[in-house]
Amino acid sequence: MDVKLKINDVEVSAQKGEYLLDVARKAGFEIPSLCHHEAVRPIGSCRVCLVEVVAGGKTSLTTSCNYVVEPGIEVTTDSELIHKMRAVNLELLLARAPGARRVRDLAARYGVSRPRFAPVDDNWLPNCILCELCVRVCEHQGHSALSTLGRGDQKKIGLPFNRPAESCVGCGACYSVCPTECILMKETRTNRTIWGQTFDFVPCKECGAPVITEKHRDFAIKNQELPENYYDLCEACKQAAASKRFASVAW
Amino acid sequence: MAAFKNAKQLADHRKKVVASRPENRKAIAVCAGTGCKAFGSYKLLDAFKKELKKRKLDRKVELRATGCHGFCERGPLVLFFPEGMLYQRVQVKDVEEIVKQTVVKEKVIDRLLYQDPTTGKKHKKEEDIPFYKHQARLVLKNNGLIDPTSIDDYIRIGGYNSLVKALGMGPEKVLKEVKAAKLRGRGGAGFPAGIKWETCRNTESDKRYVICNADEGDPGAFMDRSVLEGNPHSVVEGMLIGAYAIGADEGYVYVRQEYPLAVERLEIALDAARKQGLLGKNILGSGFGFDIHINRGGGAFVCGEESALIASIEGHRGVPKRRPPYPAVCGLWGKPTNINNVETWANVPPIIDRGAKWFASIGTQGSTGTKIFSLVGKVNNTGLVEVPMGMTLREIVFDIGGGIPGGKKFKAVQTGGPSGGCLPEKKLDVPVDFDTLLREGAMMGSGGMIVMDEDTCMVDLAKYFLRFLKFESCGNCTSCRDGLMRLHELLVDIAAGRGTEATIDLVEELAQVVRDTSLCALGSTAANPVLSTLRYFRDEYEAHVLKKRCPAGVCKELITFRIDPKTCNGCTLCRVRCPQEAVVGKKGQVHKIIQKKCIKCGICKDVCNQDAVIVE
Amino acid sequence: MSTAIAKQAHAVLKNHPRDEPSALVNVLHDIQDEFRYLPEEALRLASEHLQISTAQVFGVASFFKGFHLKPRGEHICTVCMGTACHVRGAPRLLEQAERDLGISSGQTTPDLQFTIEEVNCVGACALGPLVIVDGEYNGNMTPHRLTKLVNKIQKKKGK
Repeated sequence: MDVKLKINDVEVSAQKGEYLLDVARKAGFEIPSLCHHEAVRPIGSCRVCLVEVVAGGKTSLTTSCNYVVEPGIEVTTDSELIHKMRAVNLELLLARAPGARRVRDLAARYGVSRPRFAPVDDNWLPNCILCELCVRVCEHQGHSALSTLGRGDQKKIGLPFNRPAESCVGCGACYSVCPTECILMKETRTNRTIWGQTFDFVPCKECGAPVITEKHRDFAIKNQELPENYYDLCEACKQAAASKRFASVAW
Repeated sequence: MAAFKNAKQLADHRKKVVASRPENRKAIAVCAGTGCKAFGSYKLLDAFKKELKKRKLDRKVELRATGCHGFCERGPLVLFFPEGMLYQRVQVKDVEEIVKQTVVKEKVIDRLLYQDPTTGKKHKKEEDIPFYKHQARLVLKNNGLIDPTSIDDYIRIGGYNSLVKALGMGPEKVLKEVKAAKLRGRGGAGFPAGIKWETCRNTESDKRYVICNADEGDPGAFMDRSVLEGNPHSVVEGMLIGAYAIGADEGYVYVRQEYPLAVERLEIALDAARKQGLLGKNILGSGFGFDIHINRGGGAFVCGEESALIASIEGHRGVPKRRPPYPAVCGLWGKPTNINNVETWANVPPIIDRGAKWFASIGTQGSTGTKIFSLVGKVNNTGLVEVPMGMTLREIVFDIGGGIPGGKKFKAVQTGGPSGGCLPEKKLDVPVDFDTLLREGAMMGSGGMIVMDEDTCMVDLAKYFLRFLKFESCGNCTSCRDGLMRLHELLVDIAAGRGTEATIDLVEELAQVVRDTSLCALGSTAANPVLSTLRYFRDEYEAHVLKKRCPAGVCKELITFRIDPKTCNGCTLCRVRCPQEAVVGKKGQVHKIIQKKCIKCGICKDVCNQDAVIVE
Repeated sequence: MSTAIAKQAHAVLKNHPRDEPSALVNVLHDIQDEFRYLPEEALRLASEHLQISTAQVFGVASFFKGFHLKPRGEHICTVCMGTACHVRGAPRLLEQAERDLGISSGQTTPDLQFTIEEVNCVGACALGPLVIVDGEYNGNMTPHRLTKLVNKIQKKKGK
């Protein structure tokens, strides 16, 4: 059941079906990436997690995020070639997202500070690197409120029909996974505005702090069969209540 | 007609069809392929129908609309049987004379015969024309003979006999035969079909699929369309045999949306095959069942890639997936799926019919059989040619294609479509097979062969392919999506004279990243046009950046139009036609182009009868 | 939202099985055959019918070149940009069409009369360069003949 492989000459074992990037990171090897999230299916978009794999006597350059480990493979996570290829892909991404901190920092680590390419004049969603993390997370959460638009160098990320989506519950998952912070989200104590819609928060019954958007609560209770009062309290008040209960238990 | 319950009923039916149409019966076959159709062959068919009826010949002479004959350059084409005589560029006004003279009196109308432009010799029979003489037509053989909408036409020439034979052999033997024939996939990389079939067959599963890839996306390639339009049953029979060998009971044909006629003919063929019991359950009493669905593509080059094609059938965007797992192991709906393209499937019936040994004797050791090329661009005989693998480029372009029109000089030939490569004159004698082309920096692809002459600018061509590919990229990978966009920008700069030597270096650097770090075959081959033109035509790139000149006179920013005062006769044609009023000059006097106003559209050069417009 | 579109769309969807995501591209073709483009309302109904998210329907519809999300002109002028046509001068034809109609490729004239489109290859390479106007193949085109053709259609309309 265990898959044995070598990463940078170190023997590593993994579960069958695991992806190389996850395995390598768990074993303490550093591989940079921008479009990866353990929770959603990998698509190998950013091309930054490139590694070299020797399998069956053949060496190939490949992305590690969507590479399912095979027994006996030998992996190199950094080399002159890997460095060069990551650097050019980061340069391409930096030209697309000059305002994205994570892209800038990562590019700088690869010696790229100013791309040799003109900035993309994109007023659609500035600094978006089209990695589809938001789309994938939204789909994974069961909303599918975000979509890709077009293809090739005209590809964009947005709302279907460019209209506020009915299935959006304002959960903000897209916002939190976006590697370039290009999704706009505004919050007050009572509501959250994202993707052209404003969602009211459920206030905590104890302290009044926002717990979750109302629409998200309704969706979650219905789809995950949670008790009606599941979102009555915020995390902090829930914990406080729990420790109170805990203290009251007679030992 | 009832469905055939067994092989004997099919054989009996064939005997009946053959008897009803003796070999020496007179027939007129009008090409109804897309090329000839565009030249007006449907009007021609109507005219023949009327004329035959008028002369009460409609029962004696059979009129047939056939598939593409391949010689599109000389369309509309009309063949006469039993003689096999070919008339070309036939017009409606010729029909009456043809029926009167050729059909009734059996007299040849000289002006409608093909005349070899180099020797001046006229040829009566199709097979004598140099365009056909040097070909070896295996897959296209029957295109000009049969009516693609008639299953009887196909049965008459032995159609579905290979299926009968295969059903008698058993799946293992069929598989062995295809492997022994060393048939390689005609759609791109040339992967051995038998091995793919075997992998699919050996993958444990309760369900398997076969798919026919008819998403012929290479601009300038149309052999798959011609096969589907001209002989759809050969593809159906090929798929049936494949499905039987693999153990699949369901198939899909994924057809490009730009090919409505192919879809129509295929639908007719599938219906007929179902009615005759050649598709469906318990085919010919063998217990084997199989049926085929048609899926129209939505218009995406990337869907020629197997995993993208499967995604599209499943109702997703055509975004490729990482391979492995290969479709043969995990394909459509996660089931083992075997994908081959149209031409590959059409090669299967002849292999079963005549045996692997015979098939492997054609072509070269590594690339057996024939290959269809669409020979287009700056070549005299545009059309579809089918030749044994291993024929040289020179034979194809010059002996079959008749060389370059207008006495121009050959410059390059692009094989393998947008992801292929350009080969220069010094490579004209390389044999055309899968491995040689790859070694020379090009590829077989699906068989597009675009000829370019001295008037083609290689920088412009590379720019053209990148413009195509950057939009056809699915947009998933940074390297492909943004890399191609940037490569295109850089080539626009070079073509506009804004490039430096550093620009060429950056193009090379970026092209390698696109090639080496993209997920699918589209990305990993997308840089080929740039890399191959840089490899063989670097001097043209350098002329653009160092001398700010476009040697071929194509790149607008680097050329000027002027009128040669010595040859201009002041006819005013260019002045009248110029959309910008950039030409001045009185009638009878020498004209002049005002450079500031000129947009270099080239209309003046087109219309000038004196060749007085000079491009520099 | 207009019910006329919904009615027509329902008629199209009736021919396709429900909850069958693999029918999506075929359904989109049929909707486009009906409306000459893909109206939003029809796509939303298709999404319901096939049980696919609107995000996926929209993603697929905008991914493929053959689908149009905006109404198109009454006359479609399609310039073949295949390689064979390219080396025989197709870019000049596209520019001429753009000049004559005052719109860029992919756009529609404000009076909804003309749309200019590009196609990658229709496989009629022997006729190149080729322009298809309202389904009719015009081979061996020149910029001048294209202008005449466009003028002819415009004039007919004027009358």
